[in-house]
Amino acid sequence: MSGNNNDKSKIIPERKRTMLEVKNLHAGIEGNEILRGIDLKVGIGEVHAIMGPNGSGKSTLAQVLAGRESYPVSAGNVLYEGKDLLAMKPEDRAREGVFMAFQYPVEIPGVSNTYFLKAALNAVRKYRGLEELDAMEFLKLVKEKAKFVDLDEALLTRPVNQGFSGGEKKRNEIFQMAVLEPKLAILDETDSGLDIDALRAVADGINKLRSKENATIIVTHYQRLLNYIVPDYVHVLIDGRIVKSGTKELALELESKGYDWVKELADKVEMSA
Amino acid sequence: METKPKSPSSQPDIETLATGEYKYGFETAVAYDSVRKGLNEDIIRELWEKKGEPDWMLEYRLKAYRHWSKLEKAQAEPKWANIKYGPIDYDEICYYSAPKKMPKLESLDQIDPEVRRTFERLGIPLEEQKLLSGVAVDAVFDSVSVATTFREKLADLGIIFCSMTDAIREHPDLVRSNLGSVVPHTDNFFASLNAAVFTDGSFAYIPKGVRCPMELSTYFRINARNTGQFERTLIIADEGASVSYLEGCTAPMRDENQLHAAVVELIAHDRATIKYSTIQNWYPGDKEGKGGIYNFVTKRGKCAGKGSKITWTQVETGAAITWKYPGCILQGDDSVGEFYSVAVVNNHQQADTGTKMIHLGKNTRSTIVSKGISAGVAQNSYRGLVRIAKQATGARNFSQCDSLLIGDRCGAHTFPYMEVKNTSSRIEHEASTSKIGEDQIFYCKQRGLSTEDAVNMIVNGFCKEVFRELPMEFAVEAQKLLGISLEGSVG
Ligand SMILES: Nc1ncnc2c1ncn2[C@@H]1O[C@H](COP(=O)(O)OP(=O)(O)O)[C@@H](O)[C@H]1O
Ligand SMILES: [Mg+2]
Repeated sequence: MSGNNNDKSKIIPERKRTMLEVKNLHAGIEGNEILRGIDLKVGIGEVHAIMGPNGSGKSTLAQVLAGRESYPVSAGNVLYEGKDLLAMKPEDRAREGVFMAFQYPVEIPGVSNTYFLKAALNAVRKYRGLEELDAMEFLKLVKEKAKFVDLDEALLTRPVNQGFSGGEKKRNEIFQMAVLEPKLAILDETDSGLDIDALRAVADGINKLRSKENATIIVTHYQRLLNYIVPDYVHVLIDGRIVKSGTKELALELESKGYDWVKELADKVEMSA
Repeated sequence: METKPKSPSSQPDIETLATGEYKYGFETAVAYDSVRKGLNEDIIRELWEKKGEPDWMLEYRLKAYRHWSKLEKAQAEPKWANIKYGPIDYDEICYYSAPKKMPKLESLDQIDPEVRRTFERLGIPLEEQKLLSGVAVDAVFDSVSVATTFREKLADLGIIFCSMTDAIREHPDLVRSNLGSVVPHTDNFFASLNAAVFTDGSFAYIPKGVRCPMELSTYFRINARNTGQFERTLIIADEGASVSYLEGCTAPMRDENQLHAAVVELIAHDRATIKYSTIQNWYPGDKEGKGGIYNFVTKRGKCAGKGSKITWTQVETGAAITWKYPGCILQGDDSVGEFYSVAVVNNHQQADTGTKMIHLGKNTRSTIVSKGISAGVAQNSYRGLVRIAKQATGARNFSQCDSLLIGDRCGAHTFPYMEVKNTSSRIEHEASTSKIGEDQIFYCKQRGLSTEDAVNMIVNGFCKEVFRELPMEFAVEAQKLLGISLEGSVG
């Protein structure tokens, strides 16, 4: 994974290469366009925050990037490491290093958390031409990564997300991320439902995973998480469009002025469109 | 079904998953010794003569046949099950078909090489040194048992494990006093038919206080065309004895339906335990519903003794139609009956399966865990009876019936019947129906798993409580089979 990146960065050492480029992306469900022309460029090593009120399309954007078939793309394109992301099956996107932490992690009864993750990791490794990890190697890795996000080890043997508290589910998502070591992590409202200690632990984990080799998109409608994870860029998503982009100061501005302030901007964008 | 150990690290059957075809569907060319097709008293006499059985067996068969023909004239097959199929012409079936080269087997080397190769292809090498050391196999090819391994080794402990044919010849008293004692020849239409025409099957007797040191297993293979397989299995565990028994089966792919009407009887004496596990993988028919085995089977165990225990575990993935209700008669006080079942139907398969727990003794307990999985346009019914007799004070039953639907053209149905005749007993019944969610599959895919692996994982998770009852190698096999059966069920 990172080995690959190292090779590439040797070729283009100076400039920040683009990892993800979203152009004029339109997507939605039948009869309802939710994303109405998204443009977004994420460079390698960068952290972007996407903020916006409830229902503005943040989760839809995250899921479309991850390949959810229930939100068909009607226009636009997405390049990921120079490849056509939208042409890839969801599992291939994952194997290529795209990870999404779900806003609502899904329960899989009867399947142990470790078993699930081992199957996932080995599927990813196999795709990348790496040896599958055996049970011992995997166990060692898992224990190490569980510490990383301060995950209760009892959760490892329990069925995936079943009966987990809201906070445990979110922690489990970041734990999976730590094991899978993605290049592009899209974190959808990972901060919601966390108490302050959990928030700190999760943010800590995310910060530790941050490197010059990968990129992170943090989706949130509170700026609270951004106190712990400082983004390079902040974008405001309203009604399926990015209406304003800026640096970390924008998040603070949003906090004090509220979304209504940018909503007016959005209306202006709408009128000019 | 295979009992061969596989290296766990190898890419598990990706190939089979991708093609999703029934990989046991080949046919073996062997010369047959058969009786002409059709069913009447002359044919039964002929069959009896061919098998060289004692007189009492002829009486038994004829008595059953006469009962069966009355039923046949009245209404033929029972009509209450939630299954549909055309009329079965019992005169078009051949009731005895044995590979010709069948000398009296002195050693396993004398098996017809074609038959041996068949079992090898199925992963059941009939040479003791090649077998898993912990499993003794009785291999039944069409109407006859072709080999039983580890007979001598087991005999040292006083355990009898042989074909039913040999048991009738060598242990007539044991067979005669137990045969039909749990499933009488009048029990039901298919049990009567079986009693009249059964040709082989397995017999096991575990003497007092002996724990059988290895898994006993029977592998059933239907090969001959237009032949029904009617096997009969009888397992007796004497006081304090214990045994674990495995059964597997396959058949070639054919356009016509073939009938498999087996009877299994288990008898557990005081404190004895019998664990009977089945992986049923008969040819299910093609995607359009053509061909496949009719699996009409009667299995019942009697917990005759105090504190005895019988556990049925079944994984039913094959057959065009499955009609079976492995049950327990809990006669001894404090006896325990358990039923763990996974039934998978895809395409046009139909299953009407469940159990009967008949509580007669005091403080008897039963547990039922049924997991039904339906895909394609298949129909899956759970049918279970829990009856607690007046004298069975303090009896307990717990039933859990879960259905999982894949897609929205299939169906799941639950028919629980409960009869409690005293006030000190308690029955608990839980049921649920769920669908494999698109969100679950997407979650798995987002972590790098393919659709097949995702479905496989979700389904195996759903079946976990049943799989953990299976012996280890069987559990692995069952998981793979499930994946193959459901191949292509999610877009
Ligand atoms: N499956 C769906 N069916 C109908 N409407 C949907 C569906 N998914 C999302 N939406 C609608 O799309 C809009 C954007 O949703 P979402 O992306 O979840 O917003 P956010 O994550 O920003 O809160 C909302 O109005 C939501 O109701
Ligand atoms: Mg959202």
